[in-house]
Amino acid sequence: MSGSVDIGVKLSSRLGKPWRKPPFINSAPLRWTLLIGTVVYLILAFSSFEVNWSRVYAGLERGWRFIVAFSQPDFTSRSSDIIEGMTESVIMTVTSTVVGIAISIPIALGAASNIAPMPIYLACRFIISISRALNEIIVAILFVAIFGFGPLAGFLTLSFATIGFLAKLLAEDIEDMNKVQAEAVKSTGASWLQWVNFGVQPQIMPRLIGLSIYRLDINFRESAVLGLVGAGGIGATLNTAFDRYEFGTVAAILIIIIVVVMALEYLSGIIRARVK
Amino acid sequence: MPSKINSSGQKVWQVRDRNGQLLNWALWMGAAIIFYISWMKISDQTTWFFVYDAPRIAADIGGRALPPKWEYITKLGKPIWDTLNIATLGTMFALIMAVPIAFMAAQNTTPSKLFARPLALLIIVSTRSVNSLIWALLLVSIVGPGVFAGLIAISIRSIGFCAKLLYEAIEEIDETQVEAIRATGGSGWQVMVYGIVPQILPAFAGIAVFRWDINIRESTVLGLVGAGGIGLQLQSSLNILAWPQVSLILAVILVAVVIGEFVSAKVRGAII
Repeated sequence: MSGSVDIGVKLSSRLGKPWRKPPFINSAPLRWTLLIGTVVYLILAFSSFEVNWSRVYAGLERGWRFIVAFSQPDFTSRSSDIIEGMTESVIMTVTSTVVGIAISIPIALGAASNIAPMPIYLACRFIISISRALNEIIVAILFVAIFGFGPLAGFLTLSFATIGFLAKLLAEDIEDMNKVQAEAVKSTGASWLQWVNFGVQPQIMPRLIGLSIYRLDINFRESAVLGLVGAGGIGATLNTAFDRYEFGTVAAILIIIIVVVMALEYLSGIIRARVK
Repeated sequence: MPSKINSSGQKVWQVRDRNGQLLNWALWMGAAIIFYISWMKISDQTTWFFVYDAPRIAADIGGRALPPKWEYITKLGKPIWDTLNIATLGTMFALIMAVPIAFMAAQNTTPSKLFARPLALLIIVSTRSVNSLIWALLLVSIVGPGVFAGLIAISIRSIGFCAKLLYEAIEEIDETQVEAIRATGGSGWQVMVYGIVPQILPAFAGIAVFRWDINIRESTVLGLVGAGGIGLQLQSSLNILAWPQVSLILAVILVAVVIGEFVSAKVRGAII
């Protein structure tokens, strides 16, 4: 009964005081340390910032031209470059997503702690964390240095990045699966392959499809920048257009990217709703 | 139940009936053809000689890059500080701008479904679909090279991401709590502060830390297009083929990313 007495004491000492919002962080010392730390950091950060305001001011006119360019994008004058870059981006996206998924499925099986033995689990988790820690652009730089300029480097980069993303999320889904169904398949005397095919795969299929389409979307977005470092795709065209201040072409390319991404997102919504 | 009769007259269970099986095969066939055509296009544009030569080149680069030039690390202090600032301040500005956009985009709080909501959704989609490197490229050509361009690029790129996750959180709130505050006679702002905000605050903090983690990764490469941070050092080292410096920079970036992920995982674990 001590609890109710406590509440009574608290209540009587609080009577007559207006209600106050409870703080987001309960411990007062932690709250104050965080607050003071944030303020100190902000002061330090802003004091180390160098902004060349006259350059910014001079650039505003160019910025305005860019915004105007969006109202009249120039699809025609560099259409052949745009089409070529865009097909290359799409091709890289498709192939790398397919190859990435194909490689990530076995890795995901290996990285699920309820399926894989310990050494395989550690090896697969290591591959996943390497792939996730390295930024796509950095990987692309290395692949361009090794394999030469062109879409092959971009394709390899995106496949590599897909592995880390897909295998990690898929492995988590496998770890969450319903053991009973898998057990039932096993008890019929199924081989390991049959067990994975009929016991595990149906359970993770909706998630796999959803993630694959999401990754297709990400790969397309990423393929648009890989060209900046010479790994193929629309990025090279975009970079050239920026360098020449051809904002009409830039606007056209950006609009195409946005429209494709929107279309992919819409499509993935429909497919994911159907799969569920 | 679909089944077929095998050579000894027994019925054998099958996953699909005949039409389903045919459709399945046709879809796989179509996908295979698309993949093959795409692959041939890539193959045509590849100088295969370089690819066959790749192991040697990779070993060569590896040999040059190792060991890293450790004394170069004294020159990386300021760039990594800039990178951290771009990520942190960029996330902060993005959140400041994302909050009103998220409230405009959420179906239950939007001021007008006809005008404000489509506008907010347009902002979300357009900022989200364009990569931060492209934003950086654009801002470098507008405001000039430097940390400022990187900061704005990261902020703009993050607006859509944060606003999207935030408006989904707002749409999932418990309406009865909002109703309760309204029933006590709370004004619009009071309903917002006491009814809606406490419900989305954990989601908000989670989104902030999540995006901060991503922004650390992204801000490490912004320097490649001139937008400040450690990427500038990476670019200049690559240009002069100073591989020992490149390997050191990559190691520093890796450490920064791992620390960022660790911090964000800890904070999210504490919130949720």
